[in-house]
Parts: sequence; structure tokens; C-alpha cells
Amino acid sequence: MQPVGAAAPLRVDIAEKTFRSAQGVSVTALKNLSFEVPNGEFACLLGPSGCGKTTTLRILLGLDRQFSGSFQLPEGGSNRIAAVFQEPTLLPWRTVEQNVRLALPKELRVKNLDALFDTLGLAGMRSLYPAELSLGLARRAALARAFATEPAVLFLDEPFVSLDGRTAGQLRRLLLDVWSARPTTALMVTHNLAEALALADRIIVLSPRPSHVLGVFDIGLPRQHRGPEATNDLLRSFHQKFPGVS
Amino acid sequence: MTAREGGDRTLGEAAGISGRSAPAATLMPALTVTVSLLGLGLLWSLAANAWPSPAFPGPGQVWQVLLREAASGDLFYHLGATLGRVAAAYLVAMIAGSVIGILLGSYRRADRFFNPWVILFLNIPALVIIVLAYIWFGLNEAAAIGAVAVNKIPNVVVTMREGARALDPSYAEMAAVYRFGPLDRVRHILLPQLQPYLAAASRSGIALIWKIVLVVELLGRSNGVGFQIHLYFQLFDVAAILAYTLAFVAVMLVIELLLVQPVERHATRWRRRPA
Repeated sequence: MQPVGAAAPLRVDIAEKTFRSAQGVSVTALKNLSFEVPNGEFACLLGPSGCGKTTTLRILLGLDRQFSGSFQLPEGGSNRIAAVFQEPTLLPWRTVEQNVRLALPKELRVKNLDALFDTLGLAGMRSLYPAELSLGLARRAALARAFATEPAVLFLDEPFVSLDGRTAGQLRRLLLDVWSARPTTALMVTHNLAEALALADRIIVLSPRPSHVLGVFDIGLPRQHRGPEATNDLLRSFHQKFPGVS
Repeated sequence: MTAREGGDRTLGEAAGISGRSAPAATLMPALTVTVSLLGLGLLWSLAANAWPSPAFPGPGQVWQVLLREAASGDLFYHLGATLGRVAAAYLVAMIAGSVIGILLGSYRRADRFFNPWVILFLNIPALVIIVLAYIWFGLNEAAAIGAVAVNKIPNVVVTMREGARALDPSYAEMAAVYRFGPLDRVRHILLPQLQPYLAAASRSGIALIWKIVLVVELLGRSNGVGFQIHLYFQLFDVAAILAYTLAFVAVMLVIELLLVQPVERHATRWRRRPA
């Protein structure tokens, strides 16, 4: 399958985002944050915790409109966006399959999802309720929901946080499997450099608050060649380019 | 809990089958209830024998009246009229109360403005609302049902307002990202989260409403259980009063067992059962 959507990239240009606390104290979270993600690329937004990564994502998802600046989502194809949140955010009163189908537009509700459920190892769990799933399985269901919509752009907010290392690694491989079946412009927020190096085409490095782009790290290497040794080389050149960022 | 093979049990739970279906476990509570009610009846019968008086008939006499009224068809006619009013008032109160409660729970400014109104209406005695409704709107069915609903609405508002305040915004955000339609949001996001509050308002609502409906019938209607009780009060026929009361309590019990509880079980089927 070829990348879907016209050539328009994801373009972000946020001039400023300020939070005002109840006591009247204002905190500037983002300042002059601008970057681009070319069509069909997987980018990671890497930065120290509390620097405004999730805030950026909430702005792009349209959940926070109190900011100055602009952004442009990739157009063409479905024009839909999909998100995998920090928590799986599955509706507890609907089964796994209902959760996935509800996110689909009406005309796609009946589409065949067997391949997607098979790839994610959820084939036997379609009729379970989220409370009956482990956290790892719930996260897989959240991935299934995001990919089922065939979005024009996919946002992931630390989707593998609070999982043990083995489960997280397994989920990363599954994510790559479904993503490569249909490469979608994707932006993933993470503070885990190893995760970013394993998944991304490019890493957008953010400064501490007020956050702006420190620089972009392009990983030229195809994912299948990123063995332990190659990853160490990548890590070394990353630290050369961004000393002090871990 | 009876012992079962481990694998069997998880499968049963996954398929939504209760693991507690052993006949003894379901029979025991029913048996307890029966024995308990029989005990009450026996006590009543002993007391009626000890103090024989037309003002205190025994269970046998009440049963005779019940059979007589049922044979003439009067019982079912009046039960039906009352039940219809209970259902109508319940529907009006639940819908209006839920809409107002959800709005007040969602908009803090509106809540601050209207909260005194809610407290005011909570504290107006039912009798005052009924009398005023009959004076202003006449002795008709709409005034009767409206008066009962107005009595119940503030209670529903208070419960549903709490429910709306407890809504989890992350589900609404998920629905916004995935572009749920307005109908889907109500059905899959809003109502399931409000279900415990709806159930609480319904439970307390039905019990309160049918008592108020009786007063409404007593004051201004020409049929229904309340009207009959008023009639037999003037004739000093305590057996008939008790017969009508017990018949309606029995109807409400059947509704609870056959309608309210199954609906609630269905609505909460997704909750993890306690192990």
C-alpha cells in the first residue's frame, strides 16, 4: 500500500502557549515552537518531562485552542486524525471490538477488521470488556482503534509508558508492524531516547520550558538495520549533536 | 460459592455467565424472604385475633376483599389508573430532571444562578404543589401528573448534577478526536457514565412518586388507588384500604424484580465481578 494523503506535511508553528493558574500565576509552556513532519514519516517529539510535549499534542488534536500561532494537519485521503493517549481510554462499557468500531465513521463501521486484530494479537479478545484486559492488551486495543480509522495523521502520547520493558518492546514491534502496512504521518511524544531511536524516522528535540525546538535528528538508517550495534552508533552521534539531552 | 474447576470459571466469566448459578445459592435468599413475610403475616393474624375490631382486620379478611375487588374488575381498573399516572410522572420527572441536572452540572455559572431555585423547590411540600396545580390548571390529568413530576424533579436534578460533575473528560476528548456524532456521544459516552446516577434517581423516584400519586388521586381524581382509599376511608372500611395498599405494593415489587433489576444487571454487565 502506498502512503495515503497528498504531499502536504504536518506543519506546526506555535508562537506561544501560556497556562494561567487559579492563583493568577502564568506559566509559559511553549514559545516559538515550529517543526514539520513530511508526509508518511514517523517523527518523535523528545524532551524532558514537563516541557510541554503533551500540551503540543493536545493543541494539534484540537483539544486546546487557547494558544497563539497556527498549525496545519496533513490533508488528503481520509482527513481524519487518530490518537493513542497515555491511558488507553477505552470505554469500559463496550467490548474491545465495539470500542474499535465506534471510532470509525458510519460508512466504515461494518468493515472487516480481522487482519488488524490478527496483527495485534487481539483476535481472541474482541468480545472482552476492557476491565478483563491487562494494561498491555488494553494498549493494543487502543492501537487497533487508532489504525482502524485509517487516519491522515496519527498522534501518540507516550503510549508505552508504565509497561514493563518486555511488554513495551513487544508493543513497539507491533506498532511498527501495523504502521508499515500503511505508513501514515505520525507524531509520537516520548521522553525515552531508546524508544525514539527504535521507532522514528526523525527525532524533534525540545528544550526545557518554555519549550522550543533545539534541533532535529534525522535517522537515515532503515528500521530493520537498527541492531544493538547500529543503535549504539546512533546514540553516540545523537549525544554528539545534543550534548546534555538524555 | 461452590468449588469449580479454575479454567471453567474464567471461561464462564468471560462469556458473561455468572459463576454463582448453583441452585442452593439462588434459593436461599428467596426462601429467607418467604419465611420473613410469612412471619409478618402470622404476627398480624395473631394481633388481629387478640384485639378483634373492624378497624383492625386480619389477613384473611383483607384477602377476601382483595378477591372480591379483583372479581368485579375494580381492583385492576384502579391499579391500572394509578400505574399509568406513576409511569407518566416518572418519565416526565426523569427526563426533565436529567436534562436540567446535566446542564447545571456542566455549567458552573448556571449552577450558581439556579441553585437557590433547586433548594426552594426541594423544600416546597408536595401537598402545596398539588393544591396549587389543581387551582391553577383545574382538576385534570395533566395537572395531576405535572404536580407529581414537579415534586420529583428537584431530587432528580440534584442526583444528576452530581453525575454530570463526575463525568470523566478523557472520554469526551477521545470522542472529540474520533469525531463521534452527537447521538453516539449521548449513547456511548454520556449515558453509560451517568447510569449509576440514573439508577439511583429511578430507585428513589419510583418509591416517592407512587406515594405522591396517591395524594393527588385523593384530592382531585375520580379513579386510582388513592381515590379508592379515600372512598373506603369515608366508609371506614379498613380491610379494603389495606387490600388496595397491599395490591399496589405487590405491583411495585413485581416491577422492581422483573423490570428494574434486570435492566440494571444489563447496564452493569461490563463491570468486573468481584472474585
